[in-house]
Amino acid sequence: MKHRTFFWFFLPTGLAMLVFIAFPIVSVLMQSVFLPHEAVLIETENCGPFGCKVETAIDQEATNKLREAAPLGRFAGLEIYKDRGHLAFSEVGEAWRTTDSLGAFFSELGDLPFYRAMAFTLTYTFVCTPLLIALGFAVAVGVNSLNQRLKGLVIFFSLLPMIVTPLVGSLILFWMIDSRGVLGNFISYLANDPSLSLKASTPLMWISLIIYGIWSSAPFAFVVFYAGLQTVPQDTLESAQIDGATRWQRIRYVVIPHLMPLVTFVALIQLMDNFRVFEPIVGFNAEAHATSLSWIIFNDLSGETQQLSAAATTSVLTILGVAVLLSPVLVRTWRDFKGGH
Amino acid sequence: MSSISQRRPLGLQIFLAAFIVIWLICAAFPFLWTLWGSFKVELDFFSVNDWTDALTGDRTKATHGSAFTAAGYKGAWIQEEFWRNVINTFVVCLFVVTTSLTIGTLGGYALSRSGYKYVFWLLIIALMFRALPQITLVSGYLPVFFDWNIWGFLPTAIIVLVAINQPFTLWMLHSFFESIPKDLDESAKVDGCTQFQAFRHVIIPVMWPGVITTGLFSFLLAYNDFVVTALVLQESNRTMIPAIAAFLGTTQTEGNVMFAVAAVVSATAPLFVMVLFFQRQIVSGLTAGAVKG
Amino acid sequence: MKHFKTALMSGVAVAAFATAAMADGHGCKVTDGRVSIIGNEFPAIQTVGAGAQACAGDNVTVESNLTADHQKINLAGMQGNPAEYTTAIIANSSIVALMNNDVIRPLDDLIAKHGGDLQKTQIITINGKAMAVAFMANAQHLVYRADLLKEAGLEVPTSYEDMLSAAKMLREKGLSENPVGGAYKAGWNLAQEFNNMFLGYGGQHFKDGSAEPMVNSEAGVKALEMMKSLSEYMNPDFLTHDSNVTNGEFRAGNVALMNMWGSRAATMTDADGVPQEVIDGFAIAGPMTVGGGSVPATTLWWDGWTVAKNISDADAEATFLAMMNGINPDRILSDDETAKQAVWLLEGYEPTPSAEGVFAAAQSGAIPYPMLPYMGLMHTALGAELTDFMQGKESAEQALGDVEAAYRAAAKENGFLQ
Repeated sequence: MKHRTFFWFFLPTGLAMLVFIAFPIVSVLMQSVFLPHEAVLIETENCGPFGCKVETAIDQEATNKLREAAPLGRFAGLEIYKDRGHLAFSEVGEAWRTTDSLGAFFSELGDLPFYRAMAFTLTYTFVCTPLLIALGFAVAVGVNSLNQRLKGLVIFFSLLPMIVTPLVGSLILFWMIDSRGVLGNFISYLANDPSLSLKASTPLMWISLIIYGIWSSAPFAFVVFYAGLQTVPQDTLESAQIDGATRWQRIRYVVIPHLMPLVTFVALIQLMDNFRVFEPIVGFNAEAHATSLSWIIFNDLSGETQQLSAAATTSVLTILGVAVLLSPVLVRTWRDFKGGH
Repeated sequence: MSSISQRRPLGLQIFLAAFIVIWLICAAFPFLWTLWGSFKVELDFFSVNDWTDALTGDRTKATHGSAFTAAGYKGAWIQEEFWRNVINTFVVCLFVVTTSLTIGTLGGYALSRSGYKYVFWLLIIALMFRALPQITLVSGYLPVFFDWNIWGFLPTAIIVLVAINQPFTLWMLHSFFESIPKDLDESAKVDGCTQFQAFRHVIIPVMWPGVITTGLFSFLLAYNDFVVTALVLQESNRTMIPAIAAFLGTTQTEGNVMFAVAAVVSATAPLFVMVLFFQRQIVSGLTAGAVKG
Repeated sequence: MKHFKTALMSGVAVAAFATAAMADGHGCKVTDGRVSIIGNEFPAIQTVGAGAQACAGDNVTVESNLTADHQKINLAGMQGNPAEYTTAIIANSSIVALMNNDVIRPLDDLIAKHGGDLQKTQIITINGKAMAVAFMANAQHLVYRADLLKEAGLEVPTSYEDMLSAAKMLREKGLSENPVGGAYKAGWNLAQEFNNMFLGYGGQHFKDGSAEPMVNSEAGVKALEMMKSLSEYMNPDFLTHDSNVTNGEFRAGNVALMNMWGSRAATMTDADGVPQEVIDGFAIAGPMTVGGGSVPATTLWWDGWTVAKNISDADAEATFLAMMNGINPDRILSDDETAKQAVWLLEGYEPTPSAEGVFAAAQSGAIPYPMLPYMGLMHTALGAELTDFMQGKESAEQALGDVEAAYRAAAKENGFLQ
């Protein structure tokens, strides 16, 4: 395709992304290296329905002068990236020097918000993604073998975990796994332990979140693979059969290679989405046991005082994290791309 | 595939059927439980005392005289006028799906038909764009939207949702277009078509499986979105999900969880109708339109 | 209340679509201008919003956007020039963000001109300037089951120590497995419970006049230890229980004693299906003290409205008048439904029985939630870092050390500490 033609075809979507994603990314980058000005504090006497009290407030005149002098704020370089709320270089160094075993070092590390979030996020990502791809593929193969009349209904019900909004879906599951809920009771019956509570223990909470993650994303993999299965070349399948390939061999050597680009696609999207896991944590009220980078950003932005620089920095770290995470898949895509053209 | 499936041994048939049934139970059980519970009062639905309350509806009987009540539905639809939010949601969904498929198809097609290196980098950049958490994006939009006075309108939310969803749409459609043989449009071009004519007459008729699947995901994204619609729309024109969140209440004030539950269940009904209606397109349409390699 | 809300919703719709129809009603003195309200969405605020909407007329537009996400929007919506929102309804915790960014204007001139009906206590002054008008109060206080306490032969606890021993007794007598309820969900709720307890032990969050944290102190450790002891008598999932869930536990009859928001007392037993013994046994009392202190372990809150800085004087005046109509005591207090929606700080308000807890809190000298520019950062840090202690993974000193470290990092980023 000529550059010119390509340009016109790509223009609308490119423009949309440029305006609504690229520009905000630039401003996020700026925000992560500039800090708000130092606040000039003054003592004030504040009065209200409950009497008067001496408190402090920001001296707006003095602070405004600082703001006018440098509208972007104080340049901080990578200062925010290095502080305790993010990569915490000095705290990590301190922990490395003062601990004498790796276990103690990691437990110190788990006390820092960024590393605590990473521990859960990475576990979640690497457990959920392969399992949901496998489950989605199995369901797609199964549904594909059904007769035509049943398919529509089965597809609808298979999509339900995706359709029911996560906000309420996770709330409902949160109640079902309560020690007095239907699933919680079932599990404690299976475990033969009436006092078992999924929500009070960190490992069990992690497992619940991971199962929820697989459950809610498997339909995505299912639909993509199901659509892909429709395009599997029939003649190749049939000739493989004539050559005496078993059912399993046909799946292994014909179907899976055909679906490989789709597997790559699903893996890319799901690795990224799982790395940004957020809604289940909020829905399951799991903040005490599991946090993620997205959750930290949300937490920074939803306090009484919005911490814009901190949130921007964590956002940049999220993008970098995704880039590192996806690099093996991307290298593979690059090879395919070069091979394909 | 039917020719092959007929030859499946019985054991495998049973195994597949059992697997699908188990999967369906896992997928649908929470929803069916919710459907059942939506006709109860809150204390039964959450059955804080004993989980069997949710089945028997003890508290519902004590309040309403019968084990089922439509109070949640009445509250959500009549008292809170939830239908307004449903209409907003469907307006948003309709425009998000059509816009994002139109521009996404053009872009995805171009990406799959151009062999230059920049295509790869565009795809990678698009993917990285998707990595930025939505909440950061939206909180960045707010000052600008307020400044330009475009905050709080449905079109603004629609454009934002389209843009945020473009990386995903592009990647998905790109993969689907890759699987459509290039000889198709190449030969059309040899016959004297321009690139756009080739796309219009040769590719569009065979691209529907991928487009429908992508459209389904665009739809679900717009339908389930919370972050964008909660922060960009206002009380008077908000969509379903922020409205449902409002039913849930906040720290210092009471919500009405049963309104939310009834709203969720009833909002799923139109989707059920839609899937059944589009069944032919989604199921047989996929097979019929599928490209024979 | 349901009927009321229906009426309200349709009222909003009418006001939005057919403004002329509602003109010059209800003694509203606005003649022209633009009014746009941002605020939370609970019923009391809906009432105020509806009162302001009644001022809409030929030359007056009144819009309101009442949503739970108001805090994420209000600052951005008031920073533009002219500001999208001419007034924000806020609380003593959230006015700080607007003050910090200098987006609200002093109201002294408007109060002098039009504020004759206001009580002096309604006016919030900061450094001598009136910055907000408060209309309702809130506080956390004791909510309990009188029948269970009576059955166990217990007095109503007035201190957390009493609460502990009562809880022990209730459990031993088999009256309740987990008798104590608490909104200890990690995050905002947990931090708020810590604040209550910390202030009850006489703690002070910051060094006087500076942003230096002081929570890692004797009072902090004692507060955490008391919370830990209380949690022994709570549902083991307490770190996931916010005030909604805690309320549900009380309604189901599982909880006998809890520290709960006054704003929720009025509707506590209104929900469908609450068992009769819970309805009959429900009772409220003032907040409890802790550690023999005289100041109760709770904080006082007010909700009020402000006027944006970046708007014309005419719009500011229109906004002020419309909001004054919103909090018109005659309109709110003459209707039984609206009168019990909140503990109104309005002239002529007679506390209903469900408001006793909040009144007791105010009278017993409880401390208002600190209105400090950096308090929000401290609250966030507390909510994130105390969970390790509550789960027994850390000592109280370690957890409070983490809080101070997290707060320091955030305060440095925001320019409060060097």
